[in-house]
Amino acid sequence: MPSLSVTYWSALVVAGALALFFGGRQIGAARGVARLRDLSATGAFGYSLLVVTLYQALALYFGPGATFFKWAVHGVVGFGIAGYLFQQLGRHVGTSATRKLFRSMPVTAALGILLIIAYAFVAIFADVIAPYGQAEIFKDANLLPGGDPGMGGSPDHLLGTDQIGRDILSRLIYGAQNTVGIAFVTTLLAFFIGISLGFLAATIGGVLDQVLSRIVDMLMSIPQLIFALLLMTIATAWFGSEKGMVTLFMILIIAVLDSTRVFRLSRAVGMNIVVMDFFEAAKLRGEKLSYLIFSEIAPNAFAPLLAEFGLRFCFVFLTIASLSFLGIGIQPPLADWGTMVRDLSQFIAYAPFPVVGPLTASLPLMAAGAIALLTVAVNFVVDWMLHRASGLKE
Amino acid sequence: MNNVALIISKRLGLGVLTMFMVSIIIFLAVNMLPGDFAQALLGQSATPEAVEAIRRDLGLSKPIHTRYFDWLVGALQFDFGTSFAKANFSSYAGTSSTANFGTVADQIAPRFANTLFLAAVTACIAVPLSLLIGVLAALYRYSIFDRIANVSTLTSISSPEFFVAYVLILVLAVLNPVFPSLSNIHDGMDFAQKLQKTMLPALTLTLVVTAHMMRMTRAAIINLLASPYIEMARLKGLSPFRIILFHALPNALAPIINVIALNLAYLITGVVVVEVVFVYPGVGQLFVDSVKIRDIPVVQACCLVFAAAYISLNLLADVMSILSNPRLRLPK
Amino acid sequence: MSASEPLVKISNLAIDGIADETRTRIINDVSLELNRGEVMGLIGESGAGKSTLGLAAMGFTRDGCEIVGGNIRFDGIDLVAATAETRRQLLGKRIAYVAQSAAASFNPAHKIINQHAEAPMFHGVSNRGEAEADAMDLYQRLRLPNPQEIGFRYPHQVSGGQLQRAMTAMAMSCRPDLIIFDEPTTALDVTTQIEVLVAIREIVEQFQTAAIYITHDLAVVAQMADRVKVLLRGDEVEEADTRTMLDAPREDYTRSLWAVRSFQRPQKPMASKDAVPVISLRNVTAAYGNGDPVVRDVSFDIHEGRTVAVVGESGSGKSTTARCITGLLPPKTGEIAFANKVLPADYRKRSVNQLRQVQMIYQMADTALNPRKRIGEIIGRPVEFYLGLKGAEKRRRVEELLELIEMDPKEYINRLPSELSGGQKQRIGIARALAAEPKFIICDEVTSALDQLVAEGILKLLTRLQEEMKLSYMLITHDLSTVRAIADEVVVMKDGLIVESGPKDEMFTPPHHDYTDLLLSSVPEMNPDWLDELLAQRGVENLGDAAVSKM
Repeated sequence: MPSLSVTYWSALVVAGALALFFGGRQIGAARGVARLRDLSATGAFGYSLLVVTLYQALALYFGPGATFFKWAVHGVVGFGIAGYLFQQLGRHVGTSATRKLFRSMPVTAALGILLIIAYAFVAIFADVIAPYGQAEIFKDANLLPGGDPGMGGSPDHLLGTDQIGRDILSRLIYGAQNTVGIAFVTTLLAFFIGISLGFLAATIGGVLDQVLSRIVDMLMSIPQLIFALLLMTIATAWFGSEKGMVTLFMILIIAVLDSTRVFRLSRAVGMNIVVMDFFEAAKLRGEKLSYLIFSEIAPNAFAPLLAEFGLRFCFVFLTIASLSFLGIGIQPPLADWGTMVRDLSQFIAYAPFPVVGPLTASLPLMAAGAIALLTVAVNFVVDWMLHRASGLKE
Repeated sequence: MNNVALIISKRLGLGVLTMFMVSIIIFLAVNMLPGDFAQALLGQSATPEAVEAIRRDLGLSKPIHTRYFDWLVGALQFDFGTSFAKANFSSYAGTSSTANFGTVADQIAPRFANTLFLAAVTACIAVPLSLLIGVLAALYRYSIFDRIANVSTLTSISSPEFFVAYVLILVLAVLNPVFPSLSNIHDGMDFAQKLQKTMLPALTLTLVVTAHMMRMTRAAIINLLASPYIEMARLKGLSPFRIILFHALPNALAPIINVIALNLAYLITGVVVVEVVFVYPGVGQLFVDSVKIRDIPVVQACCLVFAAAYISLNLLADVMSILSNPRLRLPK
Repeated sequence: MSASEPLVKISNLAIDGIADETRTRIINDVSLELNRGEVMGLIGESGAGKSTLGLAAMGFTRDGCEIVGGNIRFDGIDLVAATAETRRQLLGKRIAYVAQSAAASFNPAHKIINQHAEAPMFHGVSNRGEAEADAMDLYQRLRLPNPQEIGFRYPHQVSGGQLQRAMTAMAMSCRPDLIIFDEPTTALDVTTQIEVLVAIREIVEQFQTAAIYITHDLAVVAQMADRVKVLLRGDEVEEADTRTMLDAPREDYTRSLWAVRSFQRPQKPMASKDAVPVISLRNVTAAYGNGDPVVRDVSFDIHEGRTVAVVGESGSGKSTTARCITGLLPPKTGEIAFANKVLPADYRKRSVNQLRQVQMIYQMADTALNPRKRIGEIIGRPVEFYLGLKGAEKRRRVEELLELIEMDPKEYINRLPSELSGGQKQRIGIARALAAEPKFIICDEVTSALDQLVAEGILKLLTRLQEEMKLSYMLITHDLSTVRAIADEVVVMKDGLIVESGPKDEMFTPPHHDYTDLLLSSVPEMNPDWLDELLAQRGVENLGDAAVSKM
């Protein structure tokens, strides 16, 4: 299976498209196959592109070399299978309600849920799973991954050690606890602030609503990461840069900045509910503010806000990872994925080396990929939830 | 036409007001700091001359509103004061005259040009690409193409910029050396060289921004295609091409312009991380370096520059969508 | 293409709707034949599949619908097997469509006349000049004001009734053989509706166009169609020519539809002069914000056990009047009294007891009930809040209330609103109002979102409850048949002013105020000759907006 040069590839795509467009229409009209009969030129091009590219991918996969491509394929296929199996499991095990839920769920969403559970598991039981502590320093620094002493590794440290001799595998596992945990707490805080103010603005309206909305408009007109960096500078200048304090400031600053977006949404959701007749009925009954908010608004706002929680979590998680990557976020000795990516980034140049090269080069990508994978998982689930919500409205 | 002029001038006025408020926020955030701020910043080892220079420069003895207006008037003339780092450095070097300090504006100006270059290269690739994919995905929604586009853009959005960046470095710089992984551009280079060095950071940003833009374009178009007047056009027996060109596009203009402006605004946050990864000499990198050494005048100025760009892009989006709406253009 | 062959022949058509991998049958084995120049009415309640069938006659299915059986022939062409290209050449040129909402179906970005000329130019029927001249001619025939100029406006610059006529003109642009009218007047006020009906009927007759007229309004279909087909949940119930169908329907379902409009409660005698009214409005003037008043100097009384209907078209201020009474919109001047005691203008200043006495039933049952609460909680909350009942006592009271509205407590008390039908939801709304044990209930268009049979049930229930509990109703409606059914007194409003008021029987017998007269005469009747008679009696110039503007 030889792989194609760019010229051959393009020529094949065009030829395939032409054949499909003219031949397919003929066959479709003769056999009464509506899909082929009404095929458009773009559609023919798309299918042709798909088939030729698929061939190219297979040729690359079964050809020599291309280690990273093969790993990527294994990853995608493996996750696909895991998602599918989990979906099937969900369809047959559990209460009738959860079974029904899984039946309406695409594979991507099932995979997302599976991954979120896995991350939560690793984060909660990091102390048990990790072979060593996150700050433990060994005398062998800069051990290569792979566990083979002949290749500069050690069976005690499967993924090797970093510049000052800490076990990378353990730090990756603890990263789940620190990075995910801190992002989760921050998001919770942002939601607490945003929802309380948002619902109040929606129910009371008037001056309170105006003032809060204008303040939020102002805060939102400065790009968030930039504003966070400015405030971090000031906070550290003010209180000094004690390591624990820096992390605490980061949580507070990001929670406040992010709560502006939560405020916008919960106010909008609240406003939609406030104009409903059932809310008017409760108002006219003489119900108190607390009843109106907790009994009338909150239950109806839950679904859209849950989806938003997923999205905000991703955003906060990425912001914190970015800050840490820039060296201003979570501080050592806490293990954290963003910082690890920066510290391990030089290893990427090792990729062309034989045998240990690919694995060494993937170390920074593992930490970065751990961040990406969780956000992808959450986004898959949120995407499905939003799609479901929009489908129910019709 | 008066109507539209009024709406636009209102919007512009609001933009100016926002800018003004933002400048107050940025100024206050820094100046609310208690104590001897200059000493705290430079640390105990600073020479008395440097501390004095900063005090004088910040006018710490003046009341806060005077200081604000001095700063604002200066900022409007692109005079952002003197960088602390430079001040400290020159005091060690033994020169005491402030005239020799590098001003913040001198530091920012060339880097700002570089950042604009990066953003422009990104926009040139990302905008046409994402509009094309977005429109196609909307037209062929729920097809294989749409599903692949959906999953891959979702993945791309979810990845932190540095993940995308390192994957690109791995594939396009280390394994197949097509582009350099270090984007140390400088004035002496010709355009082609600059472009080649800028390619990897631009591609990184493209991947992230394209995903956002494509998804928003797709949603906007699908929303539009569900409207009764598109069904009416189909029921008139018009060709799909004509429906898109004459019925969907004029109405899609406003949402699409909005999508582009929003994403260009998003680029502003994106450049910070990407510039650091590729050591690209732009404002983002300067900003991060200044944050680390707590060089407050520079941080303040960068922040103001970023916010100004962000606000103007949002403003532009609003004005364009007002102009493209016949309901606003022609009153009843 | 012989003359004897029908223009449209649909046989044993079956269409499925696909949503989230579940299929539901929308059209089940329906056949239809339509000859040239003939108008067929398709009648049915919501969800009967009328629109789907109408569109199928064009060879068109909406996204998510699929033809799974049967065939559709238009003038000898098999539309199911035809290529997309062939179908496109028929659409717009030989088969045209008039949608329910003209405001949404005109592209906001183009001038009306450009959209009109688009189909003839695209299909090569005429060039731009001819098409525009023809458009102006059609506008003239459809009696649009300024026919030379109106086409050069954008859709948002033209009123709803005029847009609907412009859309009919657009459908006519290629002189098609068949036009599908999909509820073209449903969104319009009665006085505007009649103008559009007259215009559509004339133009269809002039050009001898065949038409399928889809509607849920029996009286409208009686005026428009030669033959009527009745649909029920995707099945055909029966088909006959219009007069036969009206006079002698064969099926029970059809008969029940026809019978709905006959429900009428006798008018009660007027309350005596010295009786204390339950609610009285005294010179109420109200406005939103600092805008112009939407309600001006409105005064009327509502007595115990009586129903006062407030009638008017959209924008007449009838709902605003209700908002003043509930205290949601404090009036600028004037006052509202309950049993001769003046109520605080703002509901927030009223006592719990005062709030309890005035209850409200809403138009949209979907938004009137909190979708996250069970029926027991929805009704139980006012019971607990006003009467202080808790636990078993509260539950007993809720069960009593459910029995009162003829719903089985065991079956319904733990359901969510989404598990109820539209009529049942409306009943729950009534029970919630009753739970407060009020003296006075405002009914805001309570039946207008419901199918006729269900609506009748609600009206009967309201009447029975009024008898049993001596309730007073304020009935806000634009539907005069509802007024005729249960009102004692009528207040007619127009542009925020009371035009006329008095006992129902007086209001329905001439002479009355010009506007009341227009309003009453514009309500279609089940008599197929009604429109002809009306036209003969009043003349085209004295109908609809034209007549209103003369006042």
